[in-house]
Amino acid sequence: MKPDASHGLLISPIRDGTVIDHITAGEALNVLKILGITGSTTERLSIATNVASKKIGRKDVVKIENRELLKEEVDCIALIAPNARINIIRDYKVVRKKGVEIPLMLRGVVRCPNPGCITNTSEPIESKFKVLGNGLRCHYCDWVIRDHITDHII
Amino acid sequence: MQQGGGGSKTDFDLKHIISIRDFERRDVDHLLDRAGEIDKGLYEKNSLEGRILALLFFEPSTRTRMSFETAMARLGGKTISVDCVEASSIVKGETLADTIRVVSGYADAIVLRHPKEGAARLASEFATVPVINAGDGAGQHPSQTLLDLYTIRQSMDLDRIDVGLLGDLRYGRTAHSLAYALSFYDATLHTIAPGGLELPANLVRELREMGTEVIEYQDIMDMIRDLDVLYVTRIQRERFPDSASYYSAALSYRITPEHLDGTRSSLILLHPLPRAGEIDPGVDSLPCARYFEQSRNGVPVRMAILQELME
Repeated sequence: MKPDASHGLLISPIRDGTVIDHITAGEALNVLKILGITGSTTERLSIATNVASKKIGRKDVVKIENRELLKEEVDCIALIAPNARINIIRDYKVVRKKGVEIPLMLRGVVRCPNPGCITNTSEPIESKFKVLGNGLRCHYCDWVIRDHITDHII
Repeated sequence: MQQGGGGSKTDFDLKHIISIRDFERRDVDHLLDRAGEIDKGLYEKNSLEGRILALLFFEPSTRTRMSFETAMARLGGKTISVDCVEASSIVKGETLADTIRVVSGYADAIVLRHPKEGAARLASEFATVPVINAGDGAGQHPSQTLLDLYTIRQSMDLDRIDVGLLGDLRYGRTAHSLAYALSFYDATLHTIAPGGLELPANLVRELREMGTEVIEYQDIMDMIRDLDVLYVTRIQRERFPDSASYYSAALSYRITPEHLDGTRSSLILLHPLPRAGEIDPGVDSLPCARYFEQSRNGVPVRMAILQELME
């Protein structure tokens, strides 16, 4: 008998890697951008967007095969996906679950929008932003980003 | 030899002077106290003998540069500098980070002025010696702020005063640093600026979040009688699209003796200098005009900073 396609899995389970669940709907691609995973990197990815969620209504899910993300990597996504859950998968089993915590400092994630900032030159430094309660402050020039943080992701 | 008194020295532990944001009120008070002692001659004349201060000025400067040189000389130390950026490795494409690493090997402290905001913070991360920010673009100029506060404190207590900020408040780094520092003292800020040159909205919001009252005005006469301090900054010609609009703005923000009629007896008038017509020379002889005194105060305040970082 043929399986009922309407009840098939939206995206397949992965054998080893990382599943980022409960991403704020619509932010999956920004999450990947923050993690530095682009079309030119080698990871095999599965992405589902606007999936029904009991917890948050709609959510995005990202599965990254054969790569276990480190805590400091995933914490950077907390700004845009504060409810995200990280599941580390080994041999199809969840071996570790963790939430994300907003870090005190974001390094190399966001470009300073101030054209006069020293970080927008050829100096050998990465951008650094202090995380405030209501935005981000450039560690170098004190410029504050309060809205549309994803517009400034490197 | 005269030895400085104990002053309020407790645990001043700033390794660099980069931004007034790095200060707590007690750090400011400590440096102002120390500058006051130095002003009275209570300092060791050769306390920095054998020490070298590097002056790296990537933008023009007269007062800041000369007062650091004077301060260092009065403490018995020497200065080295790059006289002309065009003749240095900068034009060969050397990064600031590399310049700072190299100069760290020559000097015991570095004074840096640079057109990019955040340059001094970067320098402090690559330097192995203390870095003093002498102005980074439209960012911070903390030693100027300290001498501004010192000049105010010569006339009045710093707590809960009414301070007017007038001029180019958007790009004027001295106004930004001073506004932030005054928030330590619960000052009320009264601001007035040509259209487009107002205090940056982010800074106003932050000052208000810290509990500082910021009141914006359109007309000088609406605020000047409520002030203890009027801090005037230069209106720069290059901020305007044409000469006519510059002259129009410059004239409408020019302080004349007539503006000072009926003001508080406590009012003092400050300007970081150079001025470009914002204050009529007729004001210079009035008792409230303190801008040349303010400029002179750069020496004891910078001596206090150098002693604190280099001794």
